[in-house]
Amino acid sequence: MEPASAKLIGAGLAAIGAGMAAIGVGNVFGSFLESALRNPGAADGQQGRLFIGFAAAELLGLLSFVVAMILIFVA
Amino acid sequence: MAEAAKVDPMHQFTIEPMFGTDHWQIAGYNIAFTNSSLWMGIAAVALLVFVWGGMKRELVPGRWQMAVEGFTGFIDNLLAANIGPAGKKYVPYIFSLFMFILFANVLGLMPLGLVGVHPFTFTSHFTATGVLAVMSFAIVLIVGFWKHKLHFFSLFIPHGTPLVMIPLIFAIELVSFLVRPFSLGLRLFVAMMAGHVLLEVLSGFVINGVNAGLGIGPVVSILSFALMIAICALEILVAGIQAYVFALLTSLYLNDAENLH
Repeated sequence: MEPASAKLIGAGLAAIGAGMAAIGVGNVFGSFLESALRNPGAADGQQGRLFIGFAAAELLGLLSFVVAMILIFVA
Repeated sequence: MAEAAKVDPMHQFTIEPMFGTDHWQIAGYNIAFTNSSLWMGIAAVALLVFVWGGMKRELVPGRWQMAVEGFTGFIDNLLAANIGPAGKKYVPYIFSLFMFILFANVLGLMPLGLVGVHPFTFTSHFTATGVLAVMSFAIVLIVGFWKHKLHFFSLFIPHGTPLVMIPLIFAIELVSFLVRPFSLGLRLFVAMMAGHVLLEVLSGFVINGVNAGLGIGPVVSILSFALMIAICALEILVAGIQAYVFALLTSLYLNDAENLH
């Protein structure tokens, strides 16, 4: 296989990671909403933890984007 | 058929010297005034004007003062919730950090291109966000070692760790601690860059769709343009969230330094 095409295929495969992170982020907010609706009184106090979870899930998706960008523009 | 226009999504991130040339060097580092420095200056000035306008200290606050007090109160609550009473002294730093990043992100999204000015998002460069992250990390280290001396290393061994596990846990916690500045800077930089690349790619679709003429062109262009507007709204949300996440994580790390765990 040509190295150039292998790079592009690799960048495309890295997009799977972005999709997986989308599932993760959706999971974070979905679970939060689910439990926030059960106990709205406690929801406001957990907003910090919500965004910590969001940041952790999002970082891994962003890393896969970095991998794709490195494959396309740097490597 | 018109030739497909080549829209380079990375061109918008080019740092160009505005005054001076590549030859203005001190000890091998280029010190020319670039578009990145210009927009950092604009963000700082906008922030100063915004905060100064709300420092009239009126007994009955007007709209402007309420806006500024809303932000300071927000950061105050954030630190009180995450660090406790000891967090009060970090309010100036976290407030400046949060507002500077927020202004930078939002200024980079302003549609100033309509009047011929091209906004430059300096938070889409790892050099800028990395320095902010290293600053936060340095404060964590200084506070931690100042306050707890060498006892600060107990941060890497959670309470109740079995004796056999201590070397392994210590190594893992140490690595996860040392990765913090990278993950902090990387998150902001990649999130901003990804959004701007996405907008640029979509604008490329719109331009190529218009050039393609009446068949499939309008379908592609109009759909892409609608998507672009939606993504712009999303980007404004991301600009706020990323500034918030940066401030939140910095305050969490400061909490580790202040209170160990």
